Amino acid sequence: MTKEQIKDTILKIIAQIIPDEDLSNLKGDIPIREQVELDSMDFLDIIMELRKRYGIEVPEDDYIHLATLDSSVAYLEPRMREL
Amino acid sequence: MHYDVLIIGAGMSGLAAGIRLAYYSKRACIVEKHYRVGGLNSFYNLGGYKFDVGLHAMTNYVPKGVRLAPLPKLFRQLKLKAEDFALCPQRMSVIKFPDKTLRFNNAFDFFVQEVADSFPRQADNFRKLLKTIFEYDELNLYAKPISAREVVSSIISDPLLSDMIFCPLMFYGNAQENDMEFAQFVIMFKSIFCEGFARPQAGVRQILDVLVKKYKAFGGELKMRCAVTSLKCVNGKVESILLENGETLTADRILSSAGYVETMRLLSDYDSASFKHDVGKISCMESIMVLDTEPAKMGYNTTVTFFNNSDKFNYRKPDELVDVSSGVICCPNNFQFEKPLPEGMIRITNLANFDLWNRLAEKEYKAQKTAWLEITLKEVVKFIPDFRDSIIFTDIFTPKTIHRFTGHINGAVYGTPNKIKTGRTHLDNLFICGTDQGFLGIVGAMLSGISMANFHVLQKI
Repeated sequence: MTKEQIKDTILKIIAQIIPDEDLSNLKGDIPIREQVELDSMDFLDIIMELRKRYGIEVPEDDYIHLATLDSSVAYLEPRMREL
Repeated sequence: MHYDVLIIGAGMSGLAAGIRLAYYSKRACIVEKHYRVGGLNSFYNLGGYKFDVGLHAMTNYVPKGVRLAPLPKLFRQLKLKAEDFALCPQRMSVIKFPDKTLRFNNAFDFFVQEVADSFPRQADNFRKLLKTIFEYDELNLYAKPISAREVVSSIISDPLLSDMIFCPLMFYGNAQENDMEFAQFVIMFKSIFCEGFARPQAGVRQILDVLVKKYKAFGGELKMRCAVTSLKCVNGKVESILLENGETLTADRILSSAGYVETMRLLSDYDSASFKHDVGKISCMESIMVLDTEPAKMGYNTTVTFFNNSDKFNYRKPDELVDVSSGVICCPNNFQFEKPLPEGMIRITNLANFDLWNRLAEKEYKAQKTAWLEITLKEVVKFIPDFRDSIIFTDIFTPKTIHRFTGHINGAVYGTPNKIKTGRTHLDNLFICGTDQGFLGIVGAMLSGISMANFHVLQKI
């Protein structure tokens, strides 16, 4: 996957978890949870969906890397490059 | 057979945990000792009628579109749609004490106004109490327990108002006698007063059907009539699970909704002499009456009436078989249904004493049920229209019945007063969910299953 595709994938997962939120103006460098109503349980589901769909394991200590859209792409790129 | 996770009990919390785990591809198995799912919130048929156990009303009701509340959170976590539960909101509920009445519906402002009108001198204090409630983080699993009685009485100076606020919150979700943990008070206050009551047309069956279907659709396994007899402990872990039918299962992790003390008693190394933990004492008698008419036709439109007829509201295990001085009257007909229920029904819940009921011989047990029903009815018709001539069928269950069907010690409907909020036990792979983990009520129970599955399984791998 390219960086652009990874970003799309993350946005699709978020859209599935919180379908009522408008994600079109989501800024890449600001924590996702500051921009949309996403509680800690929803956040966990992003990580769970990554595992379920692509087999990617994000250990608890690394959750912090998924705070913003940009940092998520940077963190996931080496793990999703080959997909 | 080996599973990623074995769940003990197919009640609200076990099923909710199961859905989470099965959806995220864990090999999950729920073992339930009864032939029916639901645990403390279940159902039965008798005399050609359908009855619910537990659920009077679902608390935490918010209209579709509200996102930041426990109920929508639960729908998202369980991959359900709001329509799946088909919830119909209540009409009006009421708290009736000797000299005062407070009504509430699903619009919180209405209740705030009721308090201001009935207790004008407490209006400012009530606003202060609301501020304290809204600023408190009730979901912090590591918070030190504080007494809700102390917090509330330091703000509300009229003990009558204080008692009237506590009455529904205690009846619908408190394991402690006479006091309540403040976090639990906040959870119940929000779920009952700020949010509200609703019920599916089909009652608790609707909710349980949805949960079971979802769990199975995600690949979860459910074993009914399958009691656990022992959890074999080796080196600080549960190594295997022995079932009543002689089968042995193994699992990486175990989530038990059987109750904390109840679960500890299943451990192969359980030592009754050294193990100390409070057991719950709060149990009830419930009388369910089928009427030949709709309660509304007798002028009774109230959904739930919380009543107290003594000077001070006492929430504790009574010294007699039943405490008729206070209780809850629920009318399942009085929700905003699209079509009326097949028959009129009134359910009355009173606090009751497990030990006294449990020691009665069969014949005396039956006689006492009949006798106490009569006393109860005499008391409740002081608060609602006299419906006694319309009764065509009655069923009563007691703390003994609750114990028999749920296995909860003392038939304690809200479990132990000392909750295990983190869900952890002294064994590495054994966790508690449901009533004894500490989120009470039906929505609370499901959220308990969800959070324990999240914390102890999904986040850990």
